[in-house]
Amino acid sequence: MLIIPCPHCGPRPENEFRYSGEAHIARPADPEATSDAEWADFLYMRSNPKGRHAERWRHIHGCGRFFNCIRDTVSDRIERSYPAGTRP
Amino acid sequence: MKFSLRSLFTQGLTGHHGWGPQWRSPEPKPAYDAIIVGAGGHGLATAYYLAAEHGVRNVAVLEKGWLGGGNTGRNTTIIRSNYLWDESAAIYEHALKLWEGLSQELNYNVMYSPRGVMMLAHGVHDEQVFKRHVHANRLNGIDNEWLMPEEAKAFCPPLNISRNVRYPITGAALQRRGGTARHEAVAWGYARGASPRGVDIIENCEVTAITRDAGGAVTGVETTRGRIGAKRVGVVAAGHTSVLMGMAGVRMPLESYPLQALVSEPVKPVFPCVVMSNTIHAYISQSDKGELVIGAGTDAYTSYSQAGGLHIASHTLDAICEMFPMFRRMRMLRNWGGIVDVTPDRSPIIGKTPVPGLFVNCGWGTGGFKATPGSGHVFAATIASGEPHPIAAPFTLERFTTGRLIDEAAAAAVAH
Repeated sequence: MLIIPCPHCGPRPENEFRYSGEAHIARPADPEATSDAEWADFLYMRSNPKGRHAERWRHIHGCGRFFNCIRDTVSDRIERSYPAGTRP
Repeated sequence: MKFSLRSLFTQGLTGHHGWGPQWRSPEPKPAYDAIIVGAGGHGLATAYYLAAEHGVRNVAVLEKGWLGGGNTGRNTTIIRSNYLWDESAAIYEHALKLWEGLSQELNYNVMYSPRGVMMLAHGVHDEQVFKRHVHANRLNGIDNEWLMPEEAKAFCPPLNISRNVRYPITGAALQRRGGTARHEAVAWGYARGASPRGVDIIENCEVTAITRDAGGAVTGVETTRGRIGAKRVGVVAAGHTSVLMGMAGVRMPLESYPLQALVSEPVKPVFPCVVMSNTIHAYISQSDKGELVIGAGTDAYTSYSQAGGLHIASHTLDAICEMFPMFRRMRMLRNWGGIVDVTPDRSPIIGKTPVPGLFVNCGWGTGGFKATPGSGHVFAATIASGEPHPIAAPFTLERFTTGRLIDEAAAAAVAH
């Protein structure tokens, strides 16, 4: 079980959190001008790296807030966490 | 050497010293007609059918580790074809039909055992979903039947059908032709069949780059054992597909998760079939060695760690102990994880890619073992002809752009 550093509550066990997938995926700003390929990229394509991964978590059994983590997907070590809406 | 009663008898007379290696371990050649990346069951099956059915014999199968050492050697060996949608039913039933004759075709005992796969329902919602599956399967000519709890217990005596538990069993869907097979034997059997037909199986050979010409077409791969040329490259790398496809600049709709399994100490035969419960998340069968083989879930987050959280496995053991109280005092021997590549619609991707000459067979997620022969069969046809096999045709990468998803996740035919 991971120990996840919530930027608002501090380190807490993984089962207090909900994983929410890759971070920093922006919804297309102008949906009508967005091609099918761009929609597919937004909706389905994921970087799925072997190594550093920016990802969203939500502290559902705590403060309830979304935030982002940088985690290594080989060692599962979390490098750092930072509030939603900010960049690492 | 062909396995037969005669060869066994002859070897018995000479102390069994005459059994040689079952496949060659050659040095890589500078170029092949086709390269398969990944010597798991799906990759070896692809190479076997390329050589055996399509006359493409100058083939290399490249493996970064050892043959069958990835998810082929890590799964819970369950085989079934009771999927909801026509496209899925077609490919999994194609595989099941191949399983039925596979030991004879390969002259290698893959220990396919159609002992029955029973999927438990724990309430009215499950009942409705499973009955829908039973009807859909029958329309597709696939056996599946509905059992009342007493019938389920008659089929699997260790099952606890008491109403006095947290998630009482209210019925079950049974596919009698479903069952298990010995997972390593599938990889070994295909390797043994492919090698004498000209397929070079090259272990400890990690692909580090996919090379392309000025027009973008594939020209080969760079590996830890040097450059190998080929105009056709098929990536069959399960959890590492995103990494490999990234080498050719192709983004994939995949996320890789650790999926866990565990086995108990071996005991005498106590468990006659395969039992799955998607609702309380457990599946269990008994291997011919006597170990209970138990499948747990995926972790919540993407990872390449080939491990998995302890709480995931213990959650499954809670469910096992409730359904089968007789196993409460059994000890677990080993647990492990494999990295599964999961698509958004929980259906595989088989076919061409935007890169000419580059083919991909991936996205089998948590349930690829059962499809091994069918997957290799249709993927070989796709690579040989350059166009998707009719059964593989719905499973294109383009479906994520066109929106024609094959949504087995929402259909809940699959675990997780």
